[in-house]
Amino acid sequence: MKASSDLPSIRYEISGEDDGAILHLYGAMDASSAGSMIRKIVPLIKDRRPATLEVDLEKVSYLDDFGVLVLVELRKTVTQWKGGFSLKNVGDEAKETISAVHFDAFEEVDLPFVRKYRPNVFIRLGEAMFRHISDIKYLVGFIGSVFLSFLYVCLHPKSLRADDTILYMQKTGVDALPIVALISFLMGLIMAFMSAVQLEQFGANIYVASLVSLAMVRELGPIMTAIIVAGRSGSAFAAEIGTMKISEEIDALFTMGFDPTRFLVVPKVIALVSMVPILTLFSDLFAMAGGLVVGVFMLDLTANAYIEQTIKTLKLFDVFWGFVKSGVFGLLIAWIGCLRGFRVRGGAASVGEATTSAVVSSIFLIILSDSLFSVILRYWG
Amino acid sequence: MERQPIISVKDLVAKYGEEVILEHVSFDVYDREIFVILGGSGCGKSTLMKHIIGLIQPDSGRITVDGDDISSCEETTLQRVFRKIGVLYQSAALLGSMTLAENIALPIKEYTNLPDESIDTMVRMKLNLVNLVGYEHYLPSQLSGGMRKRAGLARAMALNPKILFFDEPSAGLDPVTSSELDDLIVHLNRALGTTMVIVTHELPSILAVAHRVIMLDKRTKGIIAEGEPEYLKDYSQNPFVKRFFNPRAEGKALA
Ligand SMILES: Nc1ncnc2c1ncn2[C@@H]1O[C@H](COP(=O)(O)OP(=O)(O)O)[C@@H](O)[C@H]1O
Ligand SMILES: [Mg+2]
Repeated sequence: MKASSDLPSIRYEISGEDDGAILHLYGAMDASSAGSMIRKIVPLIKDRRPATLEVDLEKVSYLDDFGVLVLVELRKTVTQWKGGFSLKNVGDEAKETISAVHFDAFEEVDLPFVRKYRPNVFIRLGEAMFRHISDIKYLVGFIGSVFLSFLYVCLHPKSLRADDTILYMQKTGVDALPIVALISFLMGLIMAFMSAVQLEQFGANIYVASLVSLAMVRELGPIMTAIIVAGRSGSAFAAEIGTMKISEEIDALFTMGFDPTRFLVVPKVIALVSMVPILTLFSDLFAMAGGLVVGVFMLDLTANAYIEQTIKTLKLFDVFWGFVKSGVFGLLIAWIGCLRGFRVRGGAASVGEATTSAVVSSIFLIILSDSLFSVILRYWG
Repeated sequence: MERQPIISVKDLVAKYGEEVILEHVSFDVYDREIFVILGGSGCGKSTLMKHIIGLIQPDSGRITVDGDDISSCEETTLQRVFRKIGVLYQSAALLGSMTLAENIALPIKEYTNLPDESIDTMVRMKLNLVNLVGYEHYLPSQLSGGMRKRAGLARAMALNPKILFFDEPSAGLDPVTSSELDDLIVHLNRALGTTMVIVTHELPSILAVAHRVIMLDKRTKGIIAEGEPEYLKDYSQNPFVKRFFNPRAEGKALA
C-alpha cells in the first residue's frame, strides 16, 4: 500500500479553461485514498498552474479529516502562485468536518511545525558537562544520605525494615547460589585444566591445587561473584527504583513521611553487604571442587593430597581479605544500583538506560576497587 | 428500529484467575451510537472493555465486533478488528520514547501512503482537534496528565476508526477541556458516524453525549440498568442508579 506503483484507484476529473480549473472528485476521501490523491493530483495542478481552482465535492461519498488534508494540500499548491481556491457542492456532513478542523482558518493554525531542537556540538558539550556536574553533586549527596540513613538505623534499630531486608537477602543471596556455584565449579575446572597442561611438564601436578585455591580465594572468587551479583541484583535494584520513580511511588513515600533512602536503599545495602561475602565463600569452595575433579581424574592425584595442598597454600588472611573485598563490592553494587534508579527521569526507556548503566558502572567500580585493594595489599602486607 | 448491532456481547464471563469479575453479561452496541459504560470503581468496566477489544480472552461467552468473532482467538481476525478500532487507555499509553508528533504519526505512517509533509500537516490537524498545537516535540513525560490524555485521544482517532473506545476520557481534565472533549465526541459521531464506547463517571458528560448507557455493579457482577440516560435519571427504580443520576436530590432527601 505504500509503494506508489500499487496506489489504490482513485477517480477525479479536471475540466475548465487554463485560468480557471474545476476539479471533480469522486468516492470516499479517507485515510486509504488521501495519500494517492495528494501524490497524483497535486503534481497535475502544479503543471497546469490555473489562476483559480474550484473543487467540486458533489460526488464525494465520504469525507473525513484525511479528505480535508487533500483540500489543504491543494489550496497550499495554488496559493504558491497566488491562485484562487474555492469549494463547490459541499454536503452537510462534509461541512461539519471541514469546520471542525478549522479549514478556513487553517493558515492561522498553520504555525511552523515545531521540530525536535538539535543543538550544535558546543551546546551539547556544555550541557553534558552540566549534566555530569549535577550527577556528581547528586552522587555525593546520595553517599551522605545513605550514610545518614545508616546512622539513623544504627541508632534506631527498630526502624530497619527487617522483612524487606530478609526478602532481599533471599533474592540476592540464596537465589543466586545455584548460578554462582555452577560458574565457579566450571571456572575451577577450566583453571585446573589449563594449568595442568603446563605444570605436568615439570611434574609439578600437585601445584594445581595451590594455583586454583590461591587465585580463586584472593582474586577471581570475589570478582566473579560480584559480577554475577551486579548482573542479577544491581540491575534489578535500578529497574525497581526507576519504575517506582516514574510512577510517582517515590514521591508518595516521601509525602507519607518516609525517607526513600532509608525505606528502599538500606535493606538492599544490608542484603548485599552480607550476602556477597557468603556467596564468595561458596564460589571459592565450588571452584576448588572443580579443581579437585580435574586433579583426581586427569592428574592422578589423590583427593587427600589435593585437599592437603590446598590447606597448606591458603592462609587465613587470604580468606579474610577476599571476604572484606567482596563486602565492599556488595556495597558498591547496591549503592550504584539504587543511585541509577533514583536518577531515572521520564519514561520506560530511561529505566532501561538506568539498568544498563547500573551493571556497567558496578562492574567498572568492582574492577577499580579491586586494583586499589591490590595496591593497598602490596604496600601494607 | 432496523439499527444494526456493531458490537454484540453474549453471555460473557470474565475471570482473573479464579476471581469472577463479570457474570453472564449480554448487551449490544448499535452502529453510530454513543454508548456509555457506568459503574463504581473496581466493578469491571476496564475489564469489560479489554475483553471487547480483544486484549483478554473471555472465560466463556461470545463477543463479535463488526461481524468478527473476537473471542475466536484468530490472529488474522484480531488484526482486522484492530484496524477498525481506536482505543484511549486509562493512562493514555503514549510511547515514552517518542515525541507527541511521532506518537500520532506512528499509525498514520504505517497504514496510509501520505507523503511526509502531508503527514506533518495531518499530525498538526489532529493535535489541533485536541488543542495541543505547539507541543509536537514534547515527550509524553514532559506533559501533564490531562495533556497526555488528549494526545492519547488524538492518537486513538488518528485513522478515523469505525469504533472508538475511551477509558475514562475526562479523568484528569479540567471542566472546560472536558466539555470540549464532549463536543468533539458528539461531532465525530455525527460527522463521521463513529461508534463510541465510553467508560466514564462524569454525569454532565454522560447526559451531554450518551445515547444509551449500561450500568455495572460489583455485587451482582453484571448489568443493573440499561437504557437512555434521561429515562434512567427520571424513572429508574433501582436506588443505586437513582442516586447516581440524582446525587444532589438524594442528598437533600437525606438531609
Ligand atoms: N490484572 C488483573 N489481575 C487480577 N485482578 C484484576 C486485574 N485487573 C483488574 N482486576 C480486578 O478486577 C476488578 C475490576 O477491575 P477494573 O476492570 O479495572 O475496574 P474498573 O471498573 O474500575 O475499571 C477489580 O476488582 C480488580 O481487583
Ligand atoms: Mg478502569
